Amino acid sequence: MNSWNNVKAIMKRELGGYFTSPVAYVFLVIFLLLTGFFTFTVGNFFERGEASLVSFFTWHPWLYLFLVPAAGMRLWSEERRLGTLELLLTMPITTWQAIVGKFLASWLFLGIALALTFPVWITVNWLGSPDNGVILAGYVGSLLLAGTYLAISCMTSAMTRNQVISFIVSVMLCLFLILAGFTPVTDLLVRWANPAVVQTIASFSVMTHFESFQRGVIDLRDIVFFVSVMGFALFTTGVVIRGHRAG
Amino acid sequence: MIKVENLVKAFGAKRAVDDVSFTVERGEVLGFLGPNGAGKSTTMRIITGFYPPTSGRVTVGGFDIVENPLPAKRLIGYLPENAPGYADMTVHGFLAFVADLRGLTGDAKKKAIHRAVETCMLDGVLYQTIDTLSKGYKHRTCLAQSIIHDPDILILDEPTDGLDPNQKHEVRSLIKRMGENKAIVFSTHILEEVEAACSRVIIIDRGHVVANGTPQELKARAENAGAVRLTVRGIAAAAIGAKLAPVALRTEILFEQGGVAVVRVYPQERGGNAAFVGSVAEFAQREQWKLDELHVEEGRMDDVFRSITLPDTVKRAA
Repeated sequence: MNSWNNVKAIMKRELGGYFTSPVAYVFLVIFLLLTGFFTFTVGNFFERGEASLVSFFTWHPWLYLFLVPAAGMRLWSEERRLGTLELLLTMPITTWQAIVGKFLASWLFLGIALALTFPVWITVNWLGSPDNGVILAGYVGSLLLAGTYLAISCMTSAMTRNQVISFIVSVMLCLFLILAGFTPVTDLLVRWANPAVVQTIASFSVMTHFESFQRGVIDLRDIVFFVSVMGFALFTTGVVIRGHRAG
Repeated sequence: MIKVENLVKAFGAKRAVDDVSFTVERGEVLGFLGPNGAGKSTTMRIITGFYPPTSGRVTVGGFDIVENPLPAKRLIGYLPENAPGYADMTVHGFLAFVADLRGLTGDAKKKAIHRAVETCMLDGVLYQTIDTLSKGYKHRTCLAQSIIHDPDILILDEPTDGLDPNQKHEVRSLIKRMGENKAIVFSTHILEEVEAACSRVIIIDRGHVVANGTPQELKARAENAGAVRLTVRGIAAAAIGAKLAPVALRTEILFEQGGVAVVRVYPQERGGNAAFVGSVAEFAQREQWKLDELHVEEGRMDDVFRSITLPDTVKRAA
């Protein structure tokens, strides 16, 4: 299929771009160090005395908050800064193929980073006998969460040629998606607002949807939530890119 | 191959391109001339499908670039202004990526890369990353990218910018050679380039096409085109002017010292003709002037360019 070949070509270049520059290695090392630190030290993995990865997954929304925008901020702003956007979009490909190719490449990269946390999984299986179904659901949820943040970073990256601005704006947007359903915040909101309103706002939060994955529940509604936020953000990316060209 | 009709591109209130129309056929090399900000790059970006036009129509090989962009884009090779490239890729990696997007695979891809590398003389830097290249090599890498699929149409935005004189010459002859069986549009600031490589010239100024013709036709529009320059000894320049008054529009004294006078005689009609030189020569013979030199001036491209594109106020001051 012709269009899939185009997406593949874009993906190959983008993924290669991560690994030919130090970005990939710095990212991977920091991601693995931080997951280890949060799981074992801050998350009290050993003191919990239970064979689960709860202390591992709990931190992912916060870790991704900074790391995913860092991985995604260059996606489009770099193209605009270098002027290669003009080259890319005058090739016989559609804007969609470019957007999807770039997104999938970065998502795959985040997937690789996540897969490299397998020693944590080995550790917990060696120490006890956890429910591996729950852990698998946690990984699926974590990957969807990373994809959602990434799609938002894609969108902010298309908005500016400045990577710093792209980074800050996407951190803010992702932070909103966390806080809207973060228990300390919702507890506070309930005092002023109608619980139904608070619950509606909370249902827009990644926290609410990620929690069920952590409990081992793969609910279609949660998947639909993550996928539709990704779809919306990528669609907006397309609109923003078209906007630049229309002048 | 390329047909541009009443093209308009507005950025806010500013019209960067305003009612531009022209066509380019196979076998033609069209030079795109104009001051900075005249709308050259914008026009090229519309033709290549990067910018959608505000109004007007562009068809490339019969395909409308807005309604049917993919088949149109397949026919085009494009070198954008400033020759962008992915900084962290090697030259080979970059060309392979473009070949992938152009749908080349396997042996055809290998051959295409080899041919483009050879044509643009990139052998020595094939495995260097693009950000380590000199400006000339970077430019040639991007040029190689534009010809990798042997396109029928080439759009080159300042292809010789940043090259040294030898490379400029090389690229110019490349364009001329490729122009024999392709349709090529290229923009430049260098007027001699236009004479060397183009079969037709369009001058664009403030978004409008202000001239469209062969380089010869345009040169004939120069003020001194067809004028005759005489170098005469032993007679006052003013006297020459007086004698030639019946056949000439006017004469201009360029130099007079030590009994040598150089005058330029303008024909009555712009551009002149063969008969005018004849009549001046006849006059000289009849008057028995000691003629050192008699020369028909061709008119220079930059004079034409200046007279067409400078605003009237600046022209008077110059």
